[in-house]
Amino acid sequence: MARPVLTADDEAMLNGERGPADAMAMRLLVGLGGATGARRMIDISSAHVDGTLYLGEASLEFATRLRDLGGRVRVPTTLNVSSLDLLHPDLFLGEDTTRQAALATMRAYVDMGGRATWTCAPYQLPERPGLGDRVAWGESNAVIFANSVLGARTPRFGDFVDIAAALTGRAPEMGLYLDENRRAGVLFDVSRIPRRARATEEFFAVLGIMVGSAAGITVPVITGLESATEDQMKVLGAAAASSGTVGLIHVVGVTPEARTLAEATAGREPSRVDVTPAALDATYSGLTSTTSGALRTVNLGTPHYSSDQIARLSRLLDGRPINDRVTFYVNTGRDVLASAIGVSDLEALGVVFVVDTCTYVTPIIRDRSGVAMTDSAKWAYYAPGNLGLDVVFGSTADCVESAVAGRVVRGSTPW
Amino acid sequence: MVRSVLKGTPVVAATAEGISLVLEEPLSWWGGIDSASGAVIDRHHPQYRAETSGRILILPHGRGSSGGSAVLAESIRAGTGPAGLVLRAVDPILVVGLLAAAELYPGRPCPLVVVAEEYERLTGGSPTRIRTDGTVEQW
Repeated sequence: MARPVLTADDEAMLNGERGPADAMAMRLLVGLGGATGARRMIDISSAHVDGTLYLGEASLEFATRLRDLGGRVRVPTTLNVSSLDLLHPDLFLGEDTTRQAALATMRAYVDMGGRATWTCAPYQLPERPGLGDRVAWGESNAVIFANSVLGARTPRFGDFVDIAAALTGRAPEMGLYLDENRRAGVLFDVSRIPRRARATEEFFAVLGIMVGSAAGITVPVITGLESATEDQMKVLGAAAASSGTVGLIHVVGVTPEARTLAEATAGREPSRVDVTPAALDATYSGLTSTTSGALRTVNLGTPHYSSDQIARLSRLLDGRPINDRVTFYVNTGRDVLASAIGVSDLEALGVVFVVDTCTYVTPIIRDRSGVAMTDSAKWAYYAPGNLGLDVVFGSTADCVESAVAGRVVRGSTPW
Repeated sequence: MVRSVLKGTPVVAATAEGISLVLEEPLSWWGGIDSASGAVIDRHHPQYRAETSGRILILPHGRGSSGGSAVLAESIRAGTGPAGLVLRAVDPILVVGLLAAAELYPGRPCPLVVVAEEYERLTGGSPTRIRTDGTVEQW
């Protein structure tokens, strides 16, 4: 494979003149650049490291190797979720050997200079990249949010390459860094969906799953939405990145590189998908794996809940306690938890806040004998495989009413 | 007798042999493959429960989570990984998983070849060899 053009600094790093950690990182970056046909290496201004989740000895060995070789980040670096909740350590129900390995993985990334943010939603932190900034982010939902909502640029980076970019401050110029790879080629028109439905988070979740499945490796553009909040865009992107390979979604009139359809497509004629209520129904049904069984747990906050979503949860719960038979988890970032309003009141009603990790990636759920419910398409998509339990997907209001009643209660869908 | 010889692009160069398995849809390694066994655990995938360990996997491209690199590297460490990968399009997440595994476990090379033009000619269940120059032979 042809290698990208390297600067003298890149060559120095590759040759080990800046130490063995930078050399190892640069080997990975140059190898990836060669594989993807990158012509050159570029500077990046921040990194979000996805490799913090303990996925077995390889993830720990990679992190500790770089740390022990003297690796140190050169750009501001935030850290993704881990396998543990350090603020509520008793929530972790796994083996102690796994706990120790997960802790060691986290420590290695902090030792290299990563900020102990432990969130999959780094865009909810105060400092975040802006339009045109080139960054190196891992975590599929963060990648899609950075590209779509912030207009920053990052390819869909995976574990290992994210820390390699953070250590060197460099990345191969590939994928979504390049204008030509950011142009939309498939259009999803949602104008046939009732306006009231288009304002709900469950619509964005189900639409995201549809878009991810149908878009393949083509950049999608959505028309027919007048507005979308950041939380709605978060829900859309997380769903699309679960069912598909999408790293950027344009929404005409909403996202910064799609002020018009022509801007999003660069004037090309896209293929078209009409989003119908029937198609949404089919996708909605596919997110639920069972129609029977006792409700044992509700899981919100995948990706990590925002302050606004926690406030909405308080309004929906309206002082009613969670049913004794149900454990109600809300996953969020430690920074959001520290500043959100209503957290202690929710805890008094039985809500269990989980930070630094997420209930679908690590053993936290106490009672897995029955059905789990969630308002997250991403959680619904992955939990059956990861945790081996059955899932019912519903709106946040459905989840709250079910948790209060102690059994699955779902209203009609809004479309 | 070799039945077909395809000239692919060696993205991660190594040799490998095994029985091929065609994944009919893209797969996310994270949440899609159990690194302890190599089994497909994505219930949405048409080949849910298929065993991938030791196979030459043929698939259009990866999908979904960026954690796939680590799951692929972990499966190679654990000895449950595929023998080799043949893709229609380069998938950065899978490439990085293999490059990281090559750093950590150089004794267990796993090649990745891209066969864009003649991808449809690749068959499942066939004895398959990948050469370092990207040639894919099937019997």
